[in-house]
Amino acid sequence: MPPREGIYGLLAEFNTPGELVHATELAHRAGYRRMECYTPYPVEEAAVALRFHKNRVPLVCLLGGVLGVTTAFLMETWIAVWSYPLNIAGRPLFSWPAFIIPAYEWTILFAGLSAAFGMVALNGLPQLYHPVFNAPNFRTGATTDKFFLCLEAADPRFSPGETRAFLEQFKPVSVVEVEH
Amino acid sequence: MATKTPLQDPMIDPRTGEYAVIAPGHNFKSVTQKIAGIVLTSNTPLGWFGGLTVAGGVATLLLVALTWLFLKGVGIWGVTIPGAWGFAIINFVWWIGIGHAGTLISAILLLFKQTWRNSINRFAEAMTIFAVVCAGLFPLIHVGRPWVSYWLFPYPNTMNVWPQFRSPLAWDVFAVSTYATISVVFWYVGMIPDFGTLRDRATMPLAKYFYGLLSLGWRGSTRHWIRYETASLLLAGLSTPLVLSVHTVISFDFAVAAMAGWHTTIFPPYFVAGAVYSGFAMVLTLAIPIRKFYHLEDLITLRHLDNMAKVMLATGSIVGYGYCMEVFMSWYSASHWEFFMMWNRMFGPMGWAYWVLILTNLAIPLTTLWSRKLRVNVLYLFILSFIVNTGMWFERFVIVVTSLYRDYLPSSWGTYRATKWDYMTFVGTWGLFTFLFLLFVRFLPMIPMSEIRMMLPQTKVRPPGGSDAETVIEETV
Repeated sequence: MPPREGIYGLLAEFNTPGELVHATELAHRAGYRRMECYTPYPVEEAAVALRFHKNRVPLVCLLGGVLGVTTAFLMETWIAVWSYPLNIAGRPLFSWPAFIIPAYEWTILFAGLSAAFGMVALNGLPQLYHPVFNAPNFRTGATTDKFFLCLEAADPRFSPGETRAFLEQFKPVSVVEVEH
Repeated sequence: MATKTPLQDPMIDPRTGEYAVIAPGHNFKSVTQKIAGIVLTSNTPLGWFGGLTVAGGVATLLLVALTWLFLKGVGIWGVTIPGAWGFAIINFVWWIGIGHAGTLISAILLLFKQTWRNSINRFAEAMTIFAVVCAGLFPLIHVGRPWVSYWLFPYPNTMNVWPQFRSPLAWDVFAVSTYATISVVFWYVGMIPDFGTLRDRATMPLAKYFYGLLSLGWRGSTRHWIRYETASLLLAGLSTPLVLSVHTVISFDFAVAAMAGWHTTIFPPYFVAGAVYSGFAMVLTLAIPIRKFYHLEDLITLRHLDNMAKVMLATGSIVGYGYCMEVFMSWYSASHWEFFMMWNRMFGPMGWAYWVLILTNLAIPLTTLWSRKLRVNVLYLFILSFIVNTGMWFERFVIVVTSLYRDYLPSSWGTYRATKWDYMTFVGTWGLFTFLFLLFVRFLPMIPMSEIRMMLPQTKVRPPGGSDAETVIEETV
């Protein structure tokens, strides 16, 4: 757990995604690792600059889908063959082609719910409090038209004075200290 | 639009000759203000209250009809033998078909990278959900004892009774409930970043509180965005086979039955195409008044209307092919019953319904939509959208009723007459649909702000030096 008191990090505000990506890239080259960009829409280049390439949402989704198809198919088989066998126009009890349709639907149901809730969970949401919300300019811009780079105090390279000077060289709109 | 020659129109992109997807001159702030303003304004337009009152009044009809239905039972409807399936299934299929365009826009067009869809996908998804609400109502009230409709689902019970999975009606339960769930989840996930925007822009404490909760604390972090984009893409990839399967499964309700006119293999594709056709008509019915009322012509441009009309032309042609094949197969099958069914459908006592369907679903739209002038004529499209949805309703009426009321044995022939309760229930669902939709446009962002921002030219990443950002990154790798 990062310390709950003191500075969370330094937050630089930019007007364009280009400036943000540039600053992020150079921060990474300068050795900063604990950092995050905040943008009003997905900026893929920022993720590249952060070296964030892979995420586990597809895996969670796949597991959900496999669970869905297995659950539905086994449930149908168990119900139709053992628990409640019915003679429907002389068809075999194990009428697997008919069972595929509900199993197909549950594959999609489980996979879709896993993708959505998996994404929310991997993002650590819901998290109604976060230090960056304390920055006075964050909420007026981050979800509308501004681009933010936050270099976090937890990074070993971080020192309030030097890091601020480092961010100032990119001529951001502002550099703000973010409190916990 | 007729007063302007195309090349002088500022909405036309000179490079492509197409209408622009977003009017020129917008930036991140202006689109955000425009869309969020509709929701966050404290001055609700009077017209909205008027619409809500009318829609609520019409929805009351549904309430009355349902109350009477629960007191008296399904005998108050026109369903009887041989027409055991009446308005309930017609309306069910019609409504759920309408919903399909929403999923098509949000999922399939996303996978095909049709970015013009961004302006209309949110309210098309909302349309899907409200249409599914109206659709889902009908099987539930049709079961006779709606208070035990949960018996449709497989759940452990003391009676030790389970659903019968070889029946298309059991498949329906899975298809429609999955469709409803995934549509709601996709819709909500799409709105999370916009709830963040609304939370940050709201001034009223109550609005801040609720949008704050709904946003789950969204802060636009890049790592979050990447996972979010992955999840959206996966949901789109899952919704695509889902939407195709839902109307396929619904068509199985008919196609699996050994009735002349139902027992055909063309039903699944032709039902899906018909669903998309009627759904796009409904998107037009909703989009045209909304863009006018809220002055959204900059964001829902003629390009959108033109493209939707083109999709209708394509799906309408598939539907037309389906009709031709039905007629052809009833002759080619050399089956006496199929042949009689088609003759009866066209020239029997209810033949007028077939010709209404041909006129409204094929003759009018498929001759006029070829004209670009008409495709960008807003008033014409608005009227046409009603015509097409009338036609699609009659299509389901013709399929359900004409096969049933004169089946194999002439001694069992009868007729079908809907009662006033049938009509009240159906009309009431329009009220419910409109009521829910009006609540949606007032309280939720009806155009996805984050996706609109991505379509603006300012999103191009250029570092301060001037060269492309990717070259900056490539140097380091």
